[in-house]
Amino acid sequence: MPLFTMVKRALANVTGKPATLMYPATPAKQYDVSRGHIVIAIEDCIFCGNCQRHCVSQAIVVDREARTWEIDRLRCIICGVCAEVCPKDCIFIEPDYHPSSVGPVVELVQGPPAPPKVEKKAKTEE
Amino acid sequence: MNEQKHTVIEIAVTDLLKKAEEYHTKGHRLVQIGCTPLGDRYEINYTFTTAWDFESLRITVHDGDEIPSISGTYWGAFIYENEIHDLFGLSVTDMNIDFQGHLIETRVPTPFKNPPKVTIVSKGGDAQ
Amino acid sequence: MSNQIVVPFGPQHPVLPEPIHLDLVLEDERVVEAVPTIGYVHRGLEKLVEKRDFKDYVLIAERICGICSFTHSVTYCNAIEHIMGIEVPPRAQFIRTIWMEYSRMHSHLLWLGLTADAMGFENLFMNAWRLREEILDDMEATTGGRVIQGSSKVGGIRLDIPDEKLGEMVDHLKSIRPLLEESNRIFTHDQTVRHRMRGLGVLSKEEAWDLGAVGPTARGSGCDMDVRSTGYSAYGELGFKPITFPHGDCLDRCLVRSEEVLAAVDLVERAVAKMPDGPIEEKVKGNPDGEYFAFSEQPRGECMHYVKANGKKNIVRHRVRTPTFTNIPPLVKMLAGIELADVPVVVLTIDPCIGCAER
Repeated sequence: MPLFTMVKRALANVTGKPATLMYPATPAKQYDVSRGHIVIAIEDCIFCGNCQRHCVSQAIVVDREARTWEIDRLRCIICGVCAEVCPKDCIFIEPDYHPSSVGPVVELVQGPPAPPKVEKKAKTEE
Repeated sequence: MNEQKHTVIEIAVTDLLKKAEEYHTKGHRLVQIGCTPLGDRYEINYTFTTAWDFESLRITVHDGDEIPSISGTYWGAFIYENEIHDLFGLSVTDMNIDFQGHLIETRVPTPFKNPPKVTIVSKGGDAQ
Repeated sequence: MSNQIVVPFGPQHPVLPEPIHLDLVLEDERVVEAVPTIGYVHRGLEKLVEKRDFKDYVLIAERICGICSFTHSVTYCNAIEHIMGIEVPPRAQFIRTIWMEYSRMHSHLLWLGLTADAMGFENLFMNAWRLREEILDDMEATTGGRVIQGSSKVGGIRLDIPDEKLGEMVDHLKSIRPLLEESNRIFTHDQTVRHRMRGLGVLSKEEAWDLGAVGPTARGSGCDMDVRSTGYSAYGELGFKPITFPHGDCLDRCLVRSEEVLAAVDLVERAVAKMPDGPIEEKVKGNPDGEYFAFSEQPRGECMHYVKANGKKNIVRHRVRTPTFTNIPPLVKMLAGIELADVPVVVLTIDPCIGCAER
């Protein structure tokens, strides 16, 4: 009896499809909610620094003066807390993974120049 | 919300061994020993239970005090007592298995008492 | 009188998934005494709570362990919620329970595979991990992470599972159930497994209780000890019964886990059937002030998170007593008196997770 089970299993393994994905040829599995890597829509960013303060692994550095947003990909644990606390909702989690690397990966995103400050017009009623 | 019953009893350090012995004869098991640093003093909780009604004995000690080991009563207590010794630098006397600071071998000795300096990551990352 | 020699075992060893070091004192081939050393992966996560916001710390609490991750975050949340008196909505409780049971399934399947690998049963190893992959797929589809879910937060959960997806999950579990039963049957009846594990590393019921064994290690020795029977999260409404085996040897600890996988499938099915509607999170206002000991049942056993807060954003003390840590004294007792060649299998049966034990 065990022999039959064994033969059945062996035949199924020989004739069936492999249980694994042929990875580089077939892309890895992905779902809509998969946490792959963090991206920012820098044009909406107001450089408040909320993401830097809440980042549990200190991967984000925001510079308000130079208007830059910087992420250290190797420190980032892709928890998504930055996306949650962003007041302008301009940080997103993309489902695909960042490519592997052999050295430090620090990405600097330069924001657009600050819009000219709207001068407060002193209303004079005369 | 499910409340688990937990009674905390504050006792003096000298009563600890007697109390632990009492719990042992009543058939309680040792759940944990945990240390809480509170500035100038440390609170140590010894938690026991028979079913799901937890009871904690709480002693308060200061730096340099000696804590008697309950590992004579509860054989398995050595792991918690060595942990307290290794992380907080408190001395526990008469442990049945004394690792002398080699149970948790951290690079910084007694890391929870003298925490290493925290560095803030600067721009450009710190991965070299 | 034969000579005693000391054989170092670990921290790097093919059978050990994580670094624990044991100094084995041998007399011929027999272990007389074992002295454990840990500390190779101490990260000081408990200390980090003093530097981070208590709400963000959930994500760090989850990363204490790479396998029973979700249960750590839920236990931490439970502690904070009890201190602050937050009533978590029932739907959040049920979904948390479903994810906890999923992590139990994947942890146990991982362990069953590793055990099969430790005794040289490669086919069973791959079979178990193949089944685990199916569980992980559902986890990723619902939470976004394969093993680090990151979907629990103080006051509820971050992501809801739509009702259609819950139905699909149950159908998927139904379809893999025969395969799980098949693997369970192999662990119960196969001659290879029995021969390798029966009567090995025996821990009697009294010893298990006295030394503080928890989880499958205690249940394999006949101790009826499972925190889920206290009914935290939604377990109280699902009708839970602990699984115990009487012999206290390696095979029984293995069978407890093997049976718990099937029990977890049942629990998920019951939870989906009773799933209430409603909100998934409760607003959190203010900072915690007080202390609480939160207990939960992880795949490896009873886990305790002690939180002490003083009304500030940073918590004073977060102490985690993980199941592996308290299972080390029973392991030392089990190792005394067995053959050197059996040490890897016996060490594996407490499911050592040193990352957990050291935090």
